[in-house]
Amino acid sequence: MTDLGATPPRVSPANPPAERGPFGLDKPLFDRLLVAAIILVLAAWIIPNINWRLVDRYWFRYLEGIAVTFQLVLISVGLGAALSLPLALARLSKRRWLTGIARGYITFFRGTPLLAQLFLLYYGVGQFNDAFEAIGLWWFFREPLYVAILTFTLNTAAYQAEIMRGAIGSLPKGQEEAAMALGMSRWPIFFKVILPQAYIVALRPLGNELILMIKGSAIASIVTVLDLMGITSLAYARSFNFQAFFWAAALYLIAVEAVRRLWDVLERRLTRHLALSH
Amino acid sequence: MTFHRFAVAALATFGLAAGTASVSAQDTVRIGTEGAYPPYNFTDSDGNLVGFEIDLANAICEEAGVTCEFVAQDWDGIIPALLASRYDAIMAGMSITEERMEVVDFTRMYFTTPARFIAAKDSGLTETTPEALAGLTIGAQSATIHANFLEDLYGDSDIRPYPTQDEVNLDLAAGRIDLLLADSSATADWLETDDGSCCMYLPGDYTDPEYFGNGVGIALRQEDDELRETLNAAITALEADGTIDALAAEWFPFLANE
Repeated sequence: MTDLGATPPRVSPANPPAERGPFGLDKPLFDRLLVAAIILVLAAWIIPNINWRLVDRYWFRYLEGIAVTFQLVLISVGLGAALSLPLALARLSKRRWLTGIARGYITFFRGTPLLAQLFLLYYGVGQFNDAFEAIGLWWFFREPLYVAILTFTLNTAAYQAEIMRGAIGSLPKGQEEAAMALGMSRWPIFFKVILPQAYIVALRPLGNELILMIKGSAIASIVTVLDLMGITSLAYARSFNFQAFFWAAALYLIAVEAVRRLWDVLERRLTRHLALSH
Repeated sequence: MTFHRFAVAALATFGLAAGTASVSAQDTVRIGTEGAYPPYNFTDSDGNLVGFEIDLANAICEEAGVTCEFVAQDWDGIIPALLASRYDAIMAGMSITEERMEVVDFTRMYFTTPARFIAAKDSGLTETTPEALAGLTIGAQSATIHANFLEDLYGDSDIRPYPTQDEVNLDLAAGRIDLLLADSSATADWLETDDGSCCMYLPGDYTDPEYFGNGVGIALRQEDDELRETLNAAITALEADGTIDALAAEWFPFLANE
């Protein structure tokens, strides 16, 4: 049922022989050497060609950019997580109208490009700035960063709601029935029995969603948010040097890899009570 | 080696002779223009070439004491046709660039559209110095000379880079930014629209060549030094007596400051 992140013990009739790679080396050793060689060649190719003027002039702004990117992603994924729970519940509800609303919301936000949603909210609201001023919301919609966070929150909430719906649906019915047999009432069952297990199931796909949002957040730069991508465009416009994009790629890669590793740790910790077989 | 020297010397002599001949002997300067770039130069409904540069060319020729003759030529072939002597000069809204300088010579600049700040009509701003705009939000199209100018000199303002000029305009109309900086020719039409009616130019024309380029000049063959001197003198005279400003105000009404 759950991918525990652990390799199942290999069942083979004979003692499994170590896989042989080229040059009479063990396969894993050969793979490692190959990766090391590729990294060395890349480094030898890249390092002498680094444009240090670009680095010197923009390294601090790149760091500022990545801070904005993280701010954008963490806030919107966090708020999106909070919003996704009621959405998932509405989606699973037996009330037809509630399901309909949730389904409509999810279909819209999963079915249209994030770029279009951001443009719609940013410039769409901008057209009616007087009306928004009248209802006292313009201070919020005036700021590009706030609008970007709002758009990303609404978007990721739709994806996370689908993930949670799937996770909740995948739990065996017996869990709920057993809790009911113990005399627990509806909400405690949900929060204490169903939800914790659902989160373990949802952990992997939620991590993927976080990673997708890190990369997707680059879109915020088109509404003038100076996130990592915004700084990159700025650096490129001034230097006409494509290395500006190389550094952006490298920093996104590092950010995503860091999150992936963090997620591995998180998963190992949260599922350790399930690791029965070894 | 010797042959090269001979060839160079011969070419130089020939070129010099041709250059000398072109002004004094003909007394007619043939001017190539595109005829499709209003209001610089275009063709009216009767098929005549008209526009700012046609009027200006006539004024320059009168000042220089030569006769002007216009030749219409598509933009793509406008420099090759000059080099092939189909005409002697190009006046077609051609910006002076390093790249073109390798093939042709230019007279001094006779026109440039200045960059200008635009703000809401009720902004109350009268000055556009970096000190006056400190703390305000200024929009510009990213990767343009205008964005670079702001980045370098308006460090105390919040500079917002937009993908296109349309989006800068939208956000100024919406009140998300306090000002924008753009080429005046790129925003003149927008200010006439309903959306643009919110806003107006602030006083101050920005033309610093270091940021905003070298303006528009007359392109000539590189050997026609004498013609260049003649035209330069005429341009200088017309600048001094206000003719160029008057013509510019006639053909580019937005340039007349409020």
